[in-house]
Amino acid sequence: MDKKVLIIGGGPAGIETAYSLALQDVKVVMIEKDANVCGNIQNWEKLFPDFKDAEEVRKILSQKLNHPNIEVITNTEIKNLYPQGNLWFAKNDDERIFEANAALLATGFEVFDAKRKEELGYGIYDNVITSADFEKMYKSRKILTAEGRVPQRIAFLNCVGSRDEKVGNHYCSRVCCINAVKQAIEFKELVPDAKAYCFYMDMRMAGQFYEELYRKSQEKYGVTYIRGRTSEAAVTRDNRIQIKAEDTLSALPMKMTVDLLVLMVGIEASAGTTLLSEQNDVLGLYGFAKPLGLYSEDNMTTKPGLFLAGTCKRPLTLPETLADARSAATDIIKYLKTTK
Amino acid sequence: MKNWGFKISKPRVLDFDTANLDAYNRLIEKVPSAHRCLMCGACTATCTANLHTTFNFRNCHLMFRRGQFEGLAEELDKCMLCGKCKLVCPRGVNTRAIIYNLRIVLSDLNYKKIEL
Repeated sequence: MDKKVLIIGGGPAGIETAYSLALQDVKVVMIEKDANVCGNIQNWEKLFPDFKDAEEVRKILSQKLNHPNIEVITNTEIKNLYPQGNLWFAKNDDERIFEANAALLATGFEVFDAKRKEELGYGIYDNVITSADFEKMYKSRKILTAEGRVPQRIAFLNCVGSRDEKVGNHYCSRVCCINAVKQAIEFKELVPDAKAYCFYMDMRMAGQFYEELYRKSQEKYGVTYIRGRTSEAAVTRDNRIQIKAEDTLSALPMKMTVDLLVLMVGIEASAGTTLLSEQNDVLGLYGFAKPLGLYSEDNMTTKPGLFLAGTCKRPLTLPETLADARSAATDIIKYLKTTK
Repeated sequence: MKNWGFKISKPRVLDFDTANLDAYNRLIEKVPSAHRCLMCGACTATCTANLHTTFNFRNCHLMFRRGQFEGLAEELDKCMLCGKCKLVCPRGVNTRAIIYNLRIVLSDLNYKKIEL
């Protein structure tokens, strides 16, 4: 097919769509703002719920980009995306113009900036970290406090930046619950004698094998789950973190001092997602891009030739993102075949 | 001295830094399935004793987990050990064995001694 598709974003959604299109003889130009492709999964070490090495997934995805129909352009941030006639154009800051028959937004997500929940002390106290920081530490298989000590007590707080109208996010980020279970297990494997607590509002274990992992974390690793939202964190004289919550199951206030506090940060729309959606009148809630419909039109938009894939629409897990990307490729091919 | 009518009230806060959380390990040794409890309350909902007394098994289990032993033995004595709770548990927790063993551990901790 003598048609070209512009893919904005070189994360899992962009790569998977690019490869699916390339296999159908469609030329693809994939534009990534960073120096490297693979997006957010570059920051993850192991994946839930099967503890798959994220590096393996990155390798598989990167190899797909070797297809001759795919051109990858990195270090290029698209600032302007617009249609003209039947063609789509994208421009970066240097006024470099890319032209194609259709465009796909695969601009993905960013993790919530935990500093916005000031009461939880991220960026103020040394021993408050985020789930993303935990992953970075886990790459070296060393989870340590700021002082270099092995934590004897660690707490994970769910719903930081999710299900919280105080930060403007009413939605559930979906991945943090299971990620907390995963990280608690990883920690307990490194430090079996330590205590791991997880504070939650609801444990949402909807994915396949999630509930099983949750159960295993209690049964085999003795992770303690406490229903109650932590209201505040404070530092103690020895630079540990004291947290307060209501133990809602016993209806009593509770407090505990932990060596390390991990904030399970939620998923937010990336800046690129919001900017390019707004330019094309496809901006939905919370800065995410809005698909034409929730069912069969989930990859389409109100603009003919503009498609969506992955977490630019809403929080998704990695397998969901990949499936969504392949589904977007199907819709794009259908469009290319019926449009001049 | 003049009595102004003030008194010091005991704090209600569950303090995880001072609570005896290790006693729970003794229960786990005897009843490993206790770890799996989700605190759903199905046991309490089906409990016959719960219909006529204040006995709440889920809460007893939770308070023991949190290291709060005061008054627990008296509550547990309201159980008739019928085991109906065990039939409804979605996580296969051996609830009846928890009650039995909790009573022994509490007795060892000098809360309402029992003769075995």
